[in-house]
Amino acid sequence: MIDYLGSNSDVVLAALRQHVGLAFLPLLIGVVLALPVGYLGVRFGWLYHPLLNASGIVYSIPSLALFVTLPYVLGTQVLSPVNIVVALSLYTLALMARTVADGLRSVDPSLTEAATAMGYRRTRRLVEVELPLALPVVLAGVRVAAVSNISLVSVGALIGIGGLGALFTRGFQLFYTAPILVGVVLSVLLAAVTDLVIVSVQRAVTPWTRATTRRA
Amino acid sequence: MKRRTLLGAAIASGATLTAAACGSGNDPLSTTTSSSSGSATSTTAVVIGSANFPESELVAEMYAQVLEAKGVQVQRKFNIGAREVYLKALDDGSIDLLPEYNGALLAALVEGGAPEGVSSPQQVYDALQKALPKGTETLQQSAAEDKDTLSVLPATKSKYDLSSIADLAPVAKDLSCGAGPEFQERYQGLVGLKSVYGVEFGTFRPLDSGGPLTVGALEDGTIQVGNVFSTDSAIATKGFVVLEDPKNLFLAQNILPLIRSAKNNQAITDALNAFSAVLTTDNLTEYLAKVQVDKQDSATVAKAFLAANPVA
Amino acid sequence: MGDDTPYLLDGSHWSGPQGIPHLVLAHLGYTGLALLCGLVIALPVGLYIGHTGRGSFLAINAGNAGRSLPTLGLLMLMVTLMGLGFLPVLIALTVLVVPPILTTTYAGLRNVDRSAVDAAVGMGMRPWQVLWRVEVPMALPVMLGGLRSAALQVVATATVAASVGLSGLGRLLIDGLSVNDYGRVVAGAVVVAVLAIVLDLLLGLVQRYAVSPGISGRGLRRRGAPVAASGPDPELA
Repeated sequence: MIDYLGSNSDVVLAALRQHVGLAFLPLLIGVVLALPVGYLGVRFGWLYHPLLNASGIVYSIPSLALFVTLPYVLGTQVLSPVNIVVALSLYTLALMARTVADGLRSVDPSLTEAATAMGYRRTRRLVEVELPLALPVVLAGVRVAAVSNISLVSVGALIGIGGLGALFTRGFQLFYTAPILVGVVLSVLLAAVTDLVIVSVQRAVTPWTRATTRRA
Repeated sequence: MKRRTLLGAAIASGATLTAAACGSGNDPLSTTTSSSSGSATSTTAVVIGSANFPESELVAEMYAQVLEAKGVQVQRKFNIGAREVYLKALDDGSIDLLPEYNGALLAALVEGGAPEGVSSPQQVYDALQKALPKGTETLQQSAAEDKDTLSVLPATKSKYDLSSIADLAPVAKDLSCGAGPEFQERYQGLVGLKSVYGVEFGTFRPLDSGGPLTVGALEDGTIQVGNVFSTDSAIATKGFVVLEDPKNLFLAQNILPLIRSAKNNQAITDALNAFSAVLTTDNLTEYLAKVQVDKQDSATVAKAFLAANPVA
Repeated sequence: MGDDTPYLLDGSHWSGPQGIPHLVLAHLGYTGLALLCGLVIALPVGLYIGHTGRGSFLAINAGNAGRSLPTLGLLMLMVTLMGLGFLPVLIALTVLVVPPILTTTYAGLRNVDRSAVDAAVGMGMRPWQVLWRVEVPMALPVMLGGLRSAALQVVATATVAASVGLSGLGRLLIDGLSVNDYGRVVAGAVVVAVLAIVLDLLLGLVQRYAVSPGISGRGLRRRGAPVAASGPDPELA
């Protein structure tokens, strides 16, 4: 495996680079879109359950199917990475909209009432009180979405655009375990590092959650 | 507030990282080409594609290196999929050039398979010219051929006394055949096997044509007859027996470049023609083995090939 | 696309070894077996860690690590090592099931109201009676939520089995892709989605009726919120 890495480092690095781009761009898009959508699911209570159901349905569509049919729907080229980005953004949105909604709902009502009593209007209250308090839940969701995206990108290898997934198909075609191992290990490492980064951000940004001693 | 700036910084750095990585939309399995280095697709570069099996990738890589040696900008998008997928990519401009097999392409483009009486390399080439999709053209074909075969284990050959595909007709209903999923619907597949040879298999397992699944299944007996490519090293290393094709269902299969006319020019045509003159079935099989058996990557093998067989 | 009749409405696609019912059964089979194996592995470990509180590091991190293994890569690795067959698929899918079950079992048990546990101990219950009579019933909503989550993931992911020559609804995706029949691919996606929804509804019903009414408040009219009716989202544990 080390030999393979040594003699093919440029191939592997290019694969890794593509993988990072294809996993994180949708994450960003999905999270940004999920904030308003999740908020709407809370603001208009009757939207909550349809939102949950819609998310569930989107999440159960197999990724390969989405990668392959999006060119028809969007009019993109068959081999365009845009298909992967859109598909993964949809998955992230489905997961995060629900998480944002749940996070906002989990905020202690007495706190929001206190804020209102102090004179916060709705928008300011949302941005300065509710969202920050919902952050632990939201960031936990971001962790799951990030790891999920990293895993799903490799499925794109079945249509030729898979980041590290290309190493899997290459190794598979040649009965050669080294590239597959390299791909799997790098995938796991990427996910682990991403997870650590998000956890650190979470700790830095929500210092009040560390104040109380909690059961793990 | 400190908290907010931290969160903002995290998001900003995440976005920058993503943007940087996004610059690379190229096939990660390509070696660094003269054009890419992280920039978006250049419209003057020739995009070379390949099907999803090692030989196609190897020949495509050779095309790429030949063109680069002549100063043509090249972008690689390999391992796309089977013909039905990459023809679509060719059609919508995702790729400009790729290696094809004249007989298989003809059978795919003509309704009902290749016309009768067309089976020699020249006949197939001529018939192909009339069937090509608009906006595409083929350049000179090489002498090198890689045919679809139906292969069996030596034990199977002895058991049913098989030497050609025609011998399968009486016993096929007891046999299981494995090939890529597209094999079921192709004329150069189950459809033609039935109409030309009267062969109908008992069961068909959709695996991958000439790929590890089919080879593995043939080896361990899950299937008795497998669609394996004639230049595949597995035939030699695993001792498969290739059944003869007296009626030429699987036609001549000379390798030739299929290119979008809009992207073609004299320099490209000359370079690829010179390369096709140098490629033969024997040297292709020899170098393919370096990829399949020795596990060398196609860029290295292509380079070695071109060093040993220089193109004019 | 070739045919104009939508794939799902064409009668010929509903019979034979490559017909939809056969594929659905195979798909459910892979899903069921993976869930079973995952439960057999993860449940005892999760129960032990959740009940005793020891090895929580393992629970949290094994969960995260398992989730990050790319299923396709794992599958291709297994096939390259062991050859064709169902075992590689089973292993790859089981790896998908273990993290959510482990995490939610552990989290569910840890979040059980300590006073209830103390009361049980005070009543003289042995540790394992405490586990089965108090902790598990109270953690059940969360645990079942984890099972639902795992089931959904497996149903969607079991489509990869087709990429290594097996059956299942992935066949519609892979075969459709090879012959450019997008109608077939869409049909495959639709059937998988429907299957996932039905499975989710069924498990939702199980979740509702398996949880003791004393906890969920089902069928009882009482003031004050019942304890952890639907539980926090297990994925966030």
